[in-house]
Amino acid sequence: MSADRGGPAQPILIVNGLRKYFPLRGPLGTIDAHVQAVDGIGFDVRKGETLGVVGESGCGKSTTARLLMRLIEPDAGEVIFDGDPIGHRGISIRELRRNMQMVFQDSYASLNPRHTATEEIVFGLRVHGMGSKQAREQAHASLRLVGLEPGQFGDRYPHEMSGGQRQRVNIARGIALNPRVLILDESVSALDKSVQAQVLNLLADLKDRLNLTYVFISHDLNVVHHVSDRVLVMYLGKVVEIGPVERIYGDAAHPYTRALFASRLSMDPALRVGAAPLSGDPPNPVRPPSGCRFRTRCSLATQACAASEPLLREIAPGHQAACHALTGEMADAA
Amino acid sequence: MPRDPLVEVRDLSVRFVNRDIDLTVVDDVSFRLDAGEVLCFLGESGSGKTVTMRALLRLLPPHARIGGSIRLAGHDVTAMSERQLEAVRGPVGAMIFQEPMTALDPVFTIGTQIAETIVAHEAVSWAQARARALELLEMVQIPSAARRLDAYPHELSGGLRQRAMIALALSCKPALLLADEPTTALDATVQIQILLLIRSLQKELGMATIFVTHDIGVACEVADRIAVMYAGRFVETGPVADIVASPAHPYTAGLLRSTVSASTRGERLASIPGGPPDLTDMPPGCAFGPRCVSHGAACDAGVPPLIPFAGGRASRCLLTKEVVHAGQGGGSVSREAHM
Amino acid sequence: MSAAAERISLAPAAVKRRRTGGFWHRAARHVMRDKVALVCAIVLLAIALSAIFAPWIAPADPYKTSMLRCLLPPLSPKYLLGTDELGRDMLTRLLYGGRVSLSMGIAPVILATIVGGALGVTAGYFGRHINMAIMRVVNVFYAFPSVLLAVAMAGVLGSGIVNSLISLTLVFIPPIARVAESVTTQVRNQDYVEAARATGASAGRIIVQHVLANVMGPIVTYASSLVSIAIIISSGLSFLGLGAAPPLADWGLMLNTLRQAIYVAPVNAVLPGVMIFAASVSFNLLSDSLRSAMDVRA
Repeated sequence: MSADRGGPAQPILIVNGLRKYFPLRGPLGTIDAHVQAVDGIGFDVRKGETLGVVGESGCGKSTTARLLMRLIEPDAGEVIFDGDPIGHRGISIRELRRNMQMVFQDSYASLNPRHTATEEIVFGLRVHGMGSKQAREQAHASLRLVGLEPGQFGDRYPHEMSGGQRQRVNIARGIALNPRVLILDESVSALDKSVQAQVLNLLADLKDRLNLTYVFISHDLNVVHHVSDRVLVMYLGKVVEIGPVERIYGDAAHPYTRALFASRLSMDPALRVGAAPLSGDPPNPVRPPSGCRFRTRCSLATQACAASEPLLREIAPGHQAACHALTGEMADAA
Repeated sequence: MPRDPLVEVRDLSVRFVNRDIDLTVVDDVSFRLDAGEVLCFLGESGSGKTVTMRALLRLLPPHARIGGSIRLAGHDVTAMSERQLEAVRGPVGAMIFQEPMTALDPVFTIGTQIAETIVAHEAVSWAQARARALELLEMVQIPSAARRLDAYPHELSGGLRQRAMIALALSCKPALLLADEPTTALDATVQIQILLLIRSLQKELGMATIFVTHDIGVACEVADRIAVMYAGRFVETGPVADIVASPAHPYTAGLLRSTVSASTRGERLASIPGGPPDLTDMPPGCAFGPRCVSHGAACDAGVPPLIPFAGGRASRCLLTKEVVHAGQGGGSVSREAHM
Repeated sequence: MSAAAERISLAPAAVKRRRTGGFWHRAARHVMRDKVALVCAIVLLAIALSAIFAPWIAPADPYKTSMLRCLLPPLSPKYLLGTDELGRDMLTRLLYGGRVSLSMGIAPVILATIVGGALGVTAGYFGRHINMAIMRVVNVFYAFPSVLLAVAMAGVLGSGIVNSLISLTLVFIPPIARVAESVTTQVRNQDYVEAARATGASAGRIIVQHVLANVMGPIVTYASSLVSIAIIISSGLSFLGLGAAPPLADWGLMLNTLRQAIYVAPVNAVLPGVMIFAASVSFNLLSDSLRSAMDVRA
């Protein structure tokens, strides 16, 4: 593992003004419009924490993960890894990827169908210059760490394993390079509940043993609650709220966060949800509303919300939200 | 009780047979459902919940072999010809799917598809059918419904598309609605809207509904009774509130315990070890045996029967009787048996 | 601690390993179970072996002519399948003819698979401008009917086996490149390629270890379906006098020279056609079976 250079107080990741628009091409190849997938977001990830990222489809959480890994190039903004910017002035993308790994949602699609579990892990190690014998040993050690006996599972192909076992292989590949940050993009969402619990326990163990920092992306609010120290809420490419998990889950400030939590299923037939907190679907990220992007579905919206975009403001120590109603810019709301 | 139930299934089994394999995916499934009731099949992937539901309308691939009897509003579904089945699909039982984009025809407008279904099943004019289609879109709470009649499926958002599919399913006023994970692909804020819609329509129209889901939360929101499925069999059946409060089968109990919720924060989750069995290589006795904490020698002797007990419940576990005694001692709900 | 506990409990309930072996192993086993494909494989093997060992098993000299015994019917004494218009033994010439015809069926397809596959994989993996540049050129050639293109090229290059090999190779590059490009584009968007990029691997390494292994199957299957077309077109070129030159034994050429004798010795005239038919149909059915074998998943 590479050294912790910035000290414990230095955030492992600082994200500033990150933006990514995907062009939509018309039939003649001209750019007709842009999907505003991620639009100027900023946050930090502290060493050793689990930052949960929640939001609905199209809010930009997966794009954010890919931007952090530099699998796609940002249009603007910077990512600082433990004090070093990414690029020619700081650490290389290759170095970044050695220190930061990602586990995808689809355990089947993210494994090469022609590679055995061991081969899949060895590939990444060889990329970083490890000899083939040593790489095999390291791969087996990683498999053991995720609870798969290399003698039994090392030579299996993806189709010869269950969903939970495949996701363990994906995690083993992620930790084999001894990264400091693991990005988990909906990594347990596709698993059956009984298997999901096993994998969540495994992730908790690995985090302690390997001193990892997690960025845990999920649409499942219960899972995020279970694993996170802090939670980031996204809506249509913007960060709407970020704060400690107990604040976000206990005393959410942003109307969207509150509606999202009120949409959770009760888990108790005696306490069924009586009315849906929001109506309709999230708007199209190609043409987001002006000002506050949530205003079209917000019960508190006024003209001020259409006129200007609310910025993230500190409303309690470590707890920020972006809403005019909270910062007094809207007269006497709620 | 002389009245026939709307759905009566006895000893249903479904096998998938081809040159190489003969795989039993559903086995020993019996249940009945009255008009206006909501039954939920709860299970993980591969548990046979979707196949069981599709068997009711014989919407299965050609290599599926159905055994046992299925009676739907007095019709014997297993004995019907393909043509007779067409008369049942729609007016008696209609189905909604997880992915409306694949269930709706992309080249026709929503209005046309609904009107066409109505015309195919009832002797009405095209204009009357269009008018009915508009009513249906309003009933499923699609905003500016008149304009949406002429929309193609890809022009609608995910939530609206799911509503349009529900409208299509309701077009023949079915007595039974079959819903196959209709909210799984939707976002949380949209999912709850659709669940509430289905719940209110079901009450309003007095439809019986069978809901297939892997999510206990969804079952808690909509179901009257649930049937927990594991490896192709019902392992526990009963009223949803009772099962969630005091599960009888070790699998149900494990599933409930391993479900993440607000109260599990920071704790280790009590997970069920291992994974579901391979259907080609099933354990000799209880299918859940190898993963069960209370596994004993008797469990491997044969597949345990579904043992009924108080409160209209049943559990496929040899320990069931003890659970009943313990439960009654604790003063749990005792209601008239449902069956 | 509990990770260890879970590992132990995981073992017995884990999905039992089906001994399915590697991908090619499974595909081969699938073909073996398909009876039609098995018959085709046996036919092809017989043709190939008899072509390879023609000098040792052929009953006569393929070039020895005799005006005295021309166009003998099949089952004549000493001449099992009769003789051709110059009195050469038909059986011998059919055996020798397999050498040219099979090589002309297989060699251009192999060459075209290498060149077209490389073009298509490059275009598919890198996308954007590289894709556009490569695929525009490929599509221009693809627009010509293959037989016409082969005839035109062979005409320009002149007759002869080597020239017809080159023209056939050029004909098959565009379709193979198109298939390679489309499967590569699909594979390229899979999460496992993304995951490989996330390890910091270079494009070359990803193509060799992740992409090629997954696109080879579909490309080889498609290419195998072209062998029968190659046999037919090469026979056609020989028939038109643009391929193999007399006195070389080639099924297409034999069909041409025996054409004039069709009313005198119909069976003799048809025999080379039967061979072309048998070889190309066998290749076709075998490649169909290969296609479904490649589809098997889990």
